[in-house]
Amino acid sequence: MTSIPKTSRRDFLKLAAAAGGGLVLGFHWESAEAKIMNVIHGGTVAGSDISFNSYLSISPDDVITIFSPNPELGQNIKTSFPMIVAEELDADWTKVHVQQAMLDTKKYERQVTGGSGAIPHSWERLRKAGATARYMLMEAAAKRWSVPASSLTAEHGVVYHKESGRKATYGELATDASAIAVPADVKLKDKKDFKLIGTAVRNVDSKQMITGKPLYGLDFYREGMLFAMLQRPPAFGTKIKSVDAAAAKAMPGIVDVVTFKNNVAVVGKSTWQVNKARKALKVEYEPDGAAALESTTDHDQIFKKLLDSSDPNVVSVKRKDGDADAAFKTAAKVITKEYQCPFLSHSPLEPMNFFAHVRPDGVELVGPSQTPDMARNETAKLLNIPPEQITLELTRLGGGFGRRLKADYVLEAAELSSLIKAPVKVIWTREDDMTGGSYRPAVRYRFSAALDAKGNLVGYKLRGVGINAGNCTREDNFPSGAVDNLQIESIEHKSPITTGAWRAPITNFLAFAEQAFIDEVAMAAGKDPVAFRLDLLAKAKTTPVGAIKYDIDRMKGVIDLVVEKSQWGKKKGVSQGFSVYFSHRSYVAQVAEIEMKKGKPVLEKIHAAADCGVVVNISGANQQVRGGVTDGLGHALFGSLTFKDGAAEQKNFNNYRLIRMKEVPAIDVHFVNNGIDPTGLGEPALPPTGGAVANALFKALGKRLYNQPFTKQEELKGVSLGERL
Amino acid sequence: MANYKLQINGRTLEADVDADTPLLWVLRDHLGLVGTKFGCGIAQCGACTVHVDGKAMRSCSLPVSAVGAKKVTTIEGLSELGDHPVQQAWDEVDVAQCGYCQAGQIMTAAALLAQNPKPTNEQIENAMHGNICRCGTYHRILEAVALASTKLK
Ligand code: FES
Ligand code: FES
Repeated sequence: MTSIPKTSRRDFLKLAAAAGGGLVLGFHWESAEAKIMNVIHGGTVAGSDISFNSYLSISPDDVITIFSPNPELGQNIKTSFPMIVAEELDADWTKVHVQQAMLDTKKYERQVTGGSGAIPHSWERLRKAGATARYMLMEAAAKRWSVPASSLTAEHGVVYHKESGRKATYGELATDASAIAVPADVKLKDKKDFKLIGTAVRNVDSKQMITGKPLYGLDFYREGMLFAMLQRPPAFGTKIKSVDAAAAKAMPGIVDVVTFKNNVAVVGKSTWQVNKARKALKVEYEPDGAAALESTTDHDQIFKKLLDSSDPNVVSVKRKDGDADAAFKTAAKVITKEYQCPFLSHSPLEPMNFFAHVRPDGVELVGPSQTPDMARNETAKLLNIPPEQITLELTRLGGGFGRRLKADYVLEAAELSSLIKAPVKVIWTREDDMTGGSYRPAVRYRFSAALDAKGNLVGYKLRGVGINAGNCTREDNFPSGAVDNLQIESIEHKSPITTGAWRAPITNFLAFAEQAFIDEVAMAAGKDPVAFRLDLLAKAKTTPVGAIKYDIDRMKGVIDLVVEKSQWGKKKGVSQGFSVYFSHRSYVAQVAEIEMKKGKPVLEKIHAAADCGVVVNISGANQQVRGGVTDGLGHALFGSLTFKDGAAEQKNFNNYRLIRMKEVPAIDVHFVNNGIDPTGLGEPALPPTGGAVANALFKALGKRLYNQPFTKQEELKGVSLGERL
Repeated sequence: MANYKLQINGRTLEADVDADTPLLWVLRDHLGLVGTKFGCGIAQCGACTVHVDGKAMRSCSLPVSAVGAKKVTTIEGLSELGDHPVQQAWDEVDVAQCGYCQAGQIMTAAALLAQNPKPTNEQIENAMHGNICRCGTYHRILEAVALASTKLK
């Protein structure tokens, strides 16, 4: 077989089939034959295409190419972004071709996936991109037919002049339109005229995903590319003392073993060979400075100690309204409860990986990242070169959940490539990810509520201690603004165990703690948990205390909707638990329903009502909510990563349990339709779930849950959980 | 290292690899068939599922030396045109989020339906329980398998 030109894998297989007849030779990295497998994403447009702006171009044969600049990790941005452009363009969606754009922050500014912020940030910009091109196409038609543009209409990629019966497709008009001056401002559609936005549009990568096309970073191969796995310190707080790589180096397929920072990189010709050789490394580690090798049992002690601290250098007061201490002194009833969560692994199903080729004239990076711009800038700093010399090609991400907001694995690839002067892909195994990555921080909260004789909430205190969690509270969230005397405090314990933003940072557990606590307080006050919250919201509206940074009406909107859809409080034989939370910019309320079946509590259903403003793609949005609820439920039930002497004790899915099919209840999704601009949906459905389920479990069993994961708690000991739990 | 002749997707493919190399990595690194995914490497997640003589198997835990002359089908070979009833159903239901687990899900589902064309929901759940979807697309997977079962010829 001769060398293969730059081509797609499919073409390669075709060529291979033609070359080999019935017997096709598998290619070998060790051989000199060229083997190139680029991931499918495009990146450029054909020369004949007319480019209107950085988001779209139109070909003479009516293919509309829309570039999606943000990383796609399952939030469906690669479908919903182009939908927004196509809506204002009045394009024929069946002729829209979507491509992942290269990293180019001059063109696109925020190329980030995180904080549920992509659509809110780009909404206006994408609409304008579509509307501007539409305007230019209409003007071109007006000019061609010498009629006023106002007499024209456009639909499905065709401009019509109804009076004369003339029509022209966008492709036919594209060249003329490109000569029209770009309007400074352009009128956007009235939302009620949306035709595409709000409908169910299939994932643009659907066909490629279901046929196994190379889309992900791990699927990227390049001629001459080497494979590498790194051995990182087995425990946080240790560093390399000595390395004996002789045995590993002698193994087949191994090209080099390189030590840098605290990594020993095994470089070779295939994944399996480097994986095997890595096991043959003999590396000794020693404590790194004075840092302790922390265990989960140490953290339990640290939490207890710090929650009782009165040291102003330790305790950071985040919000103070009125005089909480005084209110607690005169209260008729005081309730104090503590809630704790363990570390969690992000565990996107595609493990970390990145390709880097550091050449004298520039650097090529390819792979999955939620923050490509940051990855490029950090690489530039590391290699001491200007960022302009680095190109970064984004692949589809096999999940993110916050893990790929960090660039550590990109930097590893870049540094290794610069050391070995060869193109290399760094691959993490699942064990690497779980033991050496980055975690949702473990946190413990203490909530206190003061009730007056009538059961009104007159004082509220929250103190949280987090491990490398920064501010582990959200001091301006509900019920702040609804309580006269309130104090919110945060304490951080600095640890060698590295943490990171995990989907719905902080609120992924804070919401459970708060919503479980409020449920308990409401019952102590003798009130229905929903009515109790609505009363607080009414108070925040009429007599707000301090700043209110959430939208009271939107929160009430999702509560009303979920109450209606779940028939809150009206179902016989069903234990319902309620929860509502505001995170990022959106609102989600949930009701979990547990039924006793053969003496076992079975979680049958979760109703979710969301307000994320305009829903762009109802198919994606429905799944986003279901996926978020499933994620919240799974981690509340099972998620737990513990440490012993600085080392993670769970290393793979055999003992780090993720939720599976049989454990998921029915999830009904509803959206508030209020027409406001989109406010994001990647995270907000997750936080409320744990609280709704715990509150339902209390109704069913009379037992309160305070810690996660639920399945490991004393409170559920001896409780035989049903199939679905 | 040894030379293995493998029956993959109706063709004979050769690879020079160590005997203990998992089929997964032979497919991915040596044969250019990257549709089969790596998720855990220890037979826990199902991302690497292929068919071996029609049965769903975890290719991450199957050494190439154990494959012999058995017929291997990967996601790339499930259908010529990407229109196997399971693939069609996956597309119609719009199952995927990140999509990374879906090749493995589809292969598991296709093996189930080949052996049991009219599974109950419970049978579907039992068959699919071994495949993790970190994004949580389980409802749609269930729906798609049920839909695919109606499309079988
Ligand atoms: S990669 Fe084989 S089961 Fe997970
Ligand atoms: S779709 Fe992302 S893991 Fe299943």
